[in-house]
Amino acid sequence: MKTTPLHSLHVELGARMTAFAGYEMPLHYPLGVLKEHLHTRTAAGVFDISHMGQVALYPRSGDVVDAALALERLVPSDIVSLEPGRQRYSLFTSENGGILDDIMVANRGDYLLLVVNAACKEADEAHLRAQLGNECDVERLDRTLIALQGPKAEAVLALLAPDCATMRFMDVRTLMVMDVECTVARSGYTGEDGFEISTPADIAREIAEELLANTCVAPIGLGARDSLRLEAGLCLHGSDIDERTTPVEAGLSWAIQKVRRRGARESGFRGAETILGQLEHGAARHRVGLRPEGRAPVRAGAPLFAAEDASVQIGKVTSGGFGPSLNAPIAMGYLPTALAVPGTTVFAELRGKRLPVAVARLPFIEPKYKRG
Amino acid sequence: MLKYTEEHEWLRLEGDIATVGITAHATELLGDVVFVQLPEVGATLAKGDDAAVVESVKAASDVFAPLAGEVVELNQAIVEDPAIVNADPQGAGWFFKLRLQDTKAMEGLLDEAAYKKLTE
Repeated sequence: MKTTPLHSLHVELGARMTAFAGYEMPLHYPLGVLKEHLHTRTAAGVFDISHMGQVALYPRSGDVVDAALALERLVPSDIVSLEPGRQRYSLFTSENGGILDDIMVANRGDYLLLVVNAACKEADEAHLRAQLGNECDVERLDRTLIALQGPKAEAVLALLAPDCATMRFMDVRTLMVMDVECTVARSGYTGEDGFEISTPADIAREIAEELLANTCVAPIGLGARDSLRLEAGLCLHGSDIDERTTPVEAGLSWAIQKVRRRGARESGFRGAETILGQLEHGAARHRVGLRPEGRAPVRAGAPLFAAEDASVQIGKVTSGGFGPSLNAPIAMGYLPTALAVPGTTVFAELRGKRLPVAVARLPFIEPKYKRG
Repeated sequence: MLKYTEEHEWLRLEGDIATVGITAHATELLGDVVFVQLPEVGATLAKGDDAAVVESVKAASDVFAPLAGEVVELNQAIVEDPAIVNADPQGAGWFFKLRLQDTKAMEGLLDEAAYKKLTE
């Protein structure tokens, strides 16, 4: 089992550890999932996300536009227009239009920086080398990644790096944190304002401890990370999206900018025929939010039916649990397009019984991103 | 008489009525309880039957009937506020009361020392 540079800190903080994507990671700390979740929504939380992959694409030509043009063969997003110091959400697509991984792409001025999912990082790196190896040097960065999330995140980080306050959502900058160059992005996976801080591995623990020394800040495990992102309507690759779901079905069409749909750089990515076809003619099914009636959580894998006595399964829950901020069970799943309308009632099968669940608008909570 | 099961339940016997709940150790493993489903009053359970469901932020777990008997009373308070189970698992967080078919069957369960040893 692999560990991150913050492993000893988690153990000292009393974390209950769990296996995740080949790493031993904190599931929760003594505070517990529920309170960790609420603490992140009302103050600030520190998350170790070092298991995620950080990959740099250095253009052989020296011009970052060449790296962007090359990457656009693998993703449906507009990377060429991404300005230096900005990042954007994107997807590696497969030839049949499925989602190999969901990623962040940052323009760092002279190279592109990608943050990819832990479980996909080896495959992603191999994919990049095989497909872009002629134009780019692909380098895995051995750095630690710490997320600081919540309404107090800016105030906490500003004590160490005052310039962070001038960043807006999806800005990426080099900031000095405790006299060390860190790559800081104003983004996250919680629906809250916050930062993702890439640090050299040898100083990571000191930075994490300095953040945790602030009384506003609590350490947060993967359990609360999952309930926070579910409330924020964000996809978990391997559950809500995978090679069998397309960006259009997943409600991620917003990651396909106009110029890739129609115009100078339309198409030209893997699975374009399927994906652009679905954009034009619609997809047969869609990812939806689900609010189960009552208090019983409906979890991933639960089958969905159009009626209490219907015999044919029409969809499936892909993520589900309890939303601490809503104090109610919440879920996401896929339904035929005709039923994927907020307010529609469908039925989830739970312990042999059919439970009514309402199709709900995503996200479940109002995101607090600092867009201004 | 207070007894335990290997499935992390406790039973307190008064007359022929056993009050049943889950242990403090079980709540630590489960984490924050967010949902409890109890059996129906009057239900007759065989030992090992599904009796209740407890769901935490992490997962769903079944609570099995620790012995055979008839359900005579439920703790509705934990259905309305599942956090009580974490706060006081072996007191206010009890689940249901069972009129035992055979009170002698209690002898076959774990005593406190044996249960403690199991969870170490």
